Amino acid sequence: MVYVYIAVMAFVTYLIRVIPLTVFRKKIENRYIQSFLYYVPYTCLTAMTFPAILYATESIWSALAGVAVAAALAFYNKSLLTVAAFACAAVFLTEQLLPVL
Amino acid sequence: MKKQDFQCGLKDGAPIALGYFSVSFSFGILALGGGLTVFQAALTSLTNVTSAGQFAGLQIIIAGGTLLEMAVTQLIINLRYALMSLSLSQKLSERVTFWQRLIIAFANTDEIFAVAMAHGRELSFSYMAGLQILPVIGWTAGTAVGAAAGSMLPEAVNSALSVALYGMFIAVVIPEAKKVRSVLATAALALLMSCVIYYLPVFSGISAGVSIIICTVAASAAGAVLFPLHEEGGTE
Repeated sequence: MVYVYIAVMAFVTYLIRVIPLTVFRKKIENRYIQSFLYYVPYTCLTAMTFPAILYATESIWSALAGVAVAAALAFYNKSLLTVAAFACAAVFLTEQLLPVL
Repeated sequence: MKKQDFQCGLKDGAPIALGYFSVSFSFGILALGGGLTVFQAALTSLTNVTSAGQFAGLQIIIAGGTLLEMAVTQLIINLRYALMSLSLSQKLSERVTFWQRLIIAFANTDEIFAVAMAHGRELSFSYMAGLQILPVIGWTAGTAVGAAAGSMLPEAVNSALSVALYGMFIAVVIPEAKKVRSVLATAALALLMSCVIYYLPVFSGISAGVSIIICTVAASAAGAVLFPLHEEGGTE
């Protein structure tokens, strides 16, 4: 069953990428559709991150530390790799410190 | 194939591959935690090459969602690639054949698209092939290593690595939200809706996948109506 899921995922994702690149050569002119598509990545990534990230780790406090560090570094335009790595480090350190506090 | 173009692509793709390796590592860990095998996790990454879509798809697999739910979720989450492929098609050299376009479409990710569009000249097939090959390898290998090593790592390390992907999402949203007010507003709306659906008992029947679709479509539609883009790409 897992392979069927993977096949459906891959098939749909590929169709989305390949159709505009091969069939539709015309540029989208409708500014509402343009705007909708422009906002999609940001709304989608936000909806996937919150509140799920709060329950992804061992404790909600370490998750909050991860969010805070990620948000601060992202605010200063650090690379994806840097933000992800330091968020992980913040979670790790918080979880090591929590039992001591 | 033009060797020079291909090498230029390889050079531009190498940093993306490094970033992908570390992020897909955490996807591998999550996939294994969700009951997938190492092979299934790596196969997912090799055939999809998309972080957000795979991540949502994994949640649907774990929750035992329907195939329709899976297809619709992928369609909505990955809809942005349609726009990217559209823009990319305008920048491809006329010499790129139909069959070559079928290959280029396969790994048109956010980062590859961004680098390709920043490339000064029109895009040849050789350049695109060079640009895409390392990130695809990095994405798949990172997943396999994460899934294989994840079970051997201490619990504390797994817990820490499980926020890597979320950290990357935050790193995509915040810089744009800082620059463009309407992105901040629409993202905030999506966050609010997602939390309402998650916490209010009335909505407890809504699965994670469906919740992502609802929040994405509603917040993006609200953004399109309230803050439509200007022709040159800014907002009102």
